[in-house]
Formats: sequence, structure tokens, C-alpha cells
Amino acid sequence: MRLEDFMNKSISSWMREEGPHSDIVLSSRIRLARNFSDETFPMLASEEQLERIRETIETNYGNQTFQSYKNFSYVSMSDLTAVGKSVLIEKHLISPHLIKKQKRGSGVLISENEQVSMMVNEEDHLRIQLYFPGFQLHEALKEANAVDDWIESKIDYAFDETKGYLTACPTNVGTGMRASVMMHLPALTITKQLNRMVPAINQLGLVVRGIYGEGSGAVGNVFQISNQITLGKSETDIVEDLNSVVHQLVERERHTRSELMNNSKIQVEDRVFRSYGVLEHSRLIGSQEASTCISNVRLGIDLGIIKDVSQNILNELMVLTQPGCLQQYAKSALKPHERDQLRADIIRERLQLEN
Amino acid sequence: MQCQECEERQATLHFSQTINGEKKEIHVCEKCAKDKGYVTYPGEDMHTLHNLLAGLFNFDQESMKPTAQHEKLTLKKDLECPECSMTFTQFKKVGKFGCATCYETFSSHLDPIFRRVHSGNTKHNGKIPKRKGSNLHTKKQIETYKEQLQELIKREEFEEAAVIRDKIRALQADKEAGEES
Ligand SMILES: [Zn+2]
Ligand SMILES: [Zn+2]
Repeated sequence: MRLEDFMNKSISSWMREEGPHSDIVLSSRIRLARNFSDETFPMLASEEQLERIRETIETNYGNQTFQSYKNFSYVSMSDLTAVGKSVLIEKHLISPHLIKKQKRGSGVLISENEQVSMMVNEEDHLRIQLYFPGFQLHEALKEANAVDDWIESKIDYAFDETKGYLTACPTNVGTGMRASVMMHLPALTITKQLNRMVPAINQLGLVVRGIYGEGSGAVGNVFQISNQITLGKSETDIVEDLNSVVHQLVERERHTRSELMNNSKIQVEDRVFRSYGVLEHSRLIGSQEASTCISNVRLGIDLGIIKDVSQNILNELMVLTQPGCLQQYAKSALKPHERDQLRADIIRERLQLEN
Repeated sequence: MQCQECEERQATLHFSQTINGEKKEIHVCEKCAKDKGYVTYPGEDMHTLHNLLAGLFNFDQESMKPTAQHEKLTLKKDLECPECSMTFTQFKKVGKFGCATCYETFSSHLDPIFRRVHSGNTKHNGKIPKRKGSNLHTKKQIETYKEQLQELIKREEFEEAAVIRDKIRALQADKEAGEES
């Protein structure tokens, strides 16, 4: 398969669109945890119950279209290969938990543009998830509510007057909502400012996490900020609080980027061009090094140091260079050093597409 | 004054809290205040889910030391969910509920946990599902009217009371019709 065709298949179409502040905010996500009112939660549910839940979802919502989310298709976990599952994880369409604790009747319902996905029989009966490009939390919440209402039109949710939406884990009860944004924060990371800001962000009931690659530790300067509290605050308030923190982080990151350019231009350029060189010429590259270089190149694009390369390269290569995706491209299982070789090949080829 | 949680130590913290619309006086000792999630101390690491859950459930571990006396006490006290058979002891170990009914079954023990996880909150304040919600709104309205009705009867304002009574009847009829459909 040609890389271009493979990319078209592997990169969700919503990811190619530009969103507000997409120089710093890669994506916005709303996730809702929902359960059927009269069925045991998946952990203790019988196989019959699990199958019943799957069937209800598959027959009522499979092959359906809801507003702009077209042709939902149901993918059963038992029909997928290990590589197929990894690819869904790398595209954030399912969680690793769905695989690790794979239950009977577990699967995912995905809209054609992959913006909406609903995991079935994960920790809860349903995990509804919507992604938006860039910084669009309010829009994401509005749309998530609409999708939620559509699902609820045919299913009785487990809901309690005082505790709200009942979930398997006490950390999700109430709204059942996790709102999050993925941010590329290279300047705040280089200047070690982010670490110092984390406690204050935590104080507001929000969590900052690094995105983990094959190894451990935050890679590629990409961070996820999300709400910790789901009970006692309304969905709008939660989104509002997250929104204001993200706004401040965007401002800080921009400010720090321009300070870096004013005070240490040559060091920034050196960092960017070295990374660009590595991506253009390496023949073997591990995922950690790739992520770091991709982050630097993306910073170079945002700062106008590198021209004629599209911004989207970060989002794209972050997905394409993951182990599952590489193996799907190769159509075979790959050993780590084979992956490093293919990763380097794909990156070089992707950069050539720009010229 | 004795601590209302452990009924052992002296209560040193006194405050009122509005829980589920009801104002309650709370008198607890320092240990219980912390363990049962009434207060959180600055510097406590509440940020990772792991620490959170570990912190949540270890407070009862002490009282579950395998001395004969304690074991008996735990056994006697252990609640079991009639729907999914999960016991409260299991719940504390796994940190997950087995089904929606568990919330009801363990309700008397849950608020301290919710307070810790959700920064002092114990009551939902967000979205209400549409279909279930329409009845819920009606139910809440009926409750408000019933309170008004009691008040009016006490004051012997029977004409007003009759109006409110009719409103309650109408809402109840709506609600039943809604439940049947
Ligand atoms: Zn006490
Ligand atoms: Zn139960």
C-alpha cells in the first residue's frame, strides 16, 4: 500500500481538520460513562447479560446515522487481531482496558469519521466519546449531550436523583464525564515551567498527564489535561473550569515561545534543525527519539523556522509511528529493530510528501 | 462531646454541612475528620488515581485486623448487595461497584468516599436524563407542593390548600401516565 493511502485510512478524518488554537491544542475530548439501569456492571455481569447489552447497542445503533455522525459501525473485539486492537488504541478509539479485561460482548461502535466512538462492556456498559480538533470543549460538550440523548432515547440509564449517573468506579459517579484536551507544550516543558504549574492546576480539581509512548515518561511534550471531579459540579461548570486553565496554558506557552525566540533564537533554531535532520536522514529510529524530534519540528513549524511543512505532521506521525500502526502497514508482526527501521522509512517518506 | 463517627475519641471539630438539602451538625475527632473525608489537608497527595483509591480504602483496613474480635465485627457488619451479591468488604478491595443497586446497599458508607474523591461533594448537580428526568422534575415539584400544603393546613388556609392539592393530583396523574407509556 502507498503511504498516502495508508495515511488516509489510519488518520481519522476529524484529525485532519484545523481547530481553534491548533498550534497548541491538538484535540478536545468529552467522554461519558453510562450504564443500563437493570443490568449488572460488566465486571460481574454474566455472559448472557454482556451479550444482551452488546445486542441492544448493535441492533439499535449499528449502521445508523445521527446528525453529522454517519454510518456507525460496530466492531467486536473478538473479531480483531492483536495488531488491529493496537491500532484502535493508538487512534484513541478504544482504551487499553477494553483489551486487558476483554469481556464477552465487548466492542466499539464508531462513526464513519471516527469522531464518535462508544465502547461497549468496558468498565461501564457504555463509554461514549467525542473528539474535536483543536480547542473546542464547549462544542464537544454540546455534541456529546446530543449523542447521549440519542442513546438514551432507547435505553434506560442507571441514574439516581442524588448520585447522578451510576458508574462502576466511584471516581466517575455524578456526571460520568471526563473532559480533556491534548496540548503540545514544548516551550513550557523546555523552560521547566509546566512542572511548577502542576500543583496549582491540581488544586482546581484538574489532572495533568504526560502521554506515554512505548517506554515510560511523557514523550513528545504532549500532555493531557482533564477533570478529576465528576460529582457535585455541573458538566458546564467542569468544562468552564477546564477551559479557563487551558486558555491560560495556551497564553503562557505562546508567551514563552516568543520569549525563547527573543532570548535564545539560535539555540531554538539549532534544536529544531537538528531534529529535522534526524527525521530526514535517519535509517533507524525508536519511538521515544521520534516523538522528541517530531515535537521539535512541529515547534519549528509553529515558530516559522521551518516553512512548507504542514502543522498536521505532529498529529499524523504520532499515530503512524506507533507500533500497532507500523505493523499494520507492514502487514506482519515486527521485531523492535524492524519497527525502528520502518518508522524511519515512514517518517522520511512522509516528509517527502511535503515537497 | 464524643466523636459521632468512632464514638471513642473527643470531638474536636464542629461544623455544619448541607448534605442532600439537609443541614447537619457534624462533630468529629481529628482522625475521623481526615479518614472519613470531611476535611482534606494541604500537601496530601490527592492527585493520582492510585493514591486516591489507596487512600480511600485503607482507613478501614485497620479495623479489619485479623483479631477474632474484629473479624466477628466485620462479618456481622458486612453488607451484601441483593442484586449482584457484592459485599462491602469486596467493594473496598476492588474499588468498583458491581451494579447500580450497590449504591443503595452501601449508601450509609459511601459519602466519606465520595467526599474524598470529589473534593467534598456528595450530591449530583448536573445533567438529568431526558426520559427519566421528566418524571424526576415532576417528583421534585410534587414534593415542594406537599410541603406547601402542610404549611397551609397548619395555618388553616383551606382554600389555598385545595388549590395546591389539585395541582398535586394533576401532577400525579401526569406522572402515572408517563410511567405507563
Ligand atoms: Zn472519631
Ligand atoms: Zn450490586
